[in-house]
Amino acid sequence: MDKKVKLYALSTCIYCQNTKAFLKDLQVEYDSVEVDLLEKDQKLAVVREIHKITPTVAFPVIVIGEKVITGYRPDEIKKALGL
Amino acid sequence: MNTDQLYDSLRKLQEPKGYYFNKDRQHVDRLLNSLMVNKERYGYMACPCRLAANDREWDRDIFCPCVYREPDVKEFGRCYCGLYVSTDWNAGRIADQYVPERRPMEKMFGPG
Repeated sequence: MDKKVKLYALSTCIYCQNTKAFLKDLQVEYDSVEVDLLEKDQKLAVVREIHKITPTVAFPVIVIGEKVITGYRPDEIKKALGL
Repeated sequence: MNTDQLYDSLRKLQEPKGYYFNKDRQHVDRLLNSLMVNKERYGYMACPCRLAANDREWDRDIFCPCVYREPDVKEFGRCYCGLYVSTDWNAGRIADQYVPERRPMEKMFGPG
């Protein structure tokens, strides 16, 4: 697995937690940020960063290489990972 | 208040309105726990699946139950988080599917 994986999550979001557990089960390494725990300015910067790559800011946002997936969608995650 | 107490009080309020808790009690308990975290953090029970702005007026649309619950349950049988569902959804007569975000994009940036 050579694709870089990044997860934008909320600490309170169950689907974000499910996504993390799913990636762990797949033994996929990823960077993650819990957006709700950021300071106000940082939060806004990250929301803008997400909005640049996807029209809807809906958590979790998973970036796998060039592919952006919003929401917990195991099948799409596996497909994007080539699994 | 613990999750059991919150479960009981919300159920009494919401079931007469036609909104039922998801039959997956574990999923519900995790969401109720997150709602209590948000209550502690923001002073109101912001939707745990959305980014709150920590501004009571700005976030009024996502106080749980959010204003999007009604159209989501009507269209998909469940709310965005899967906390509240219809009886048909709980009975498996409606397939579980991803509920797209209805909250307008400009709301995501906060009041500035």
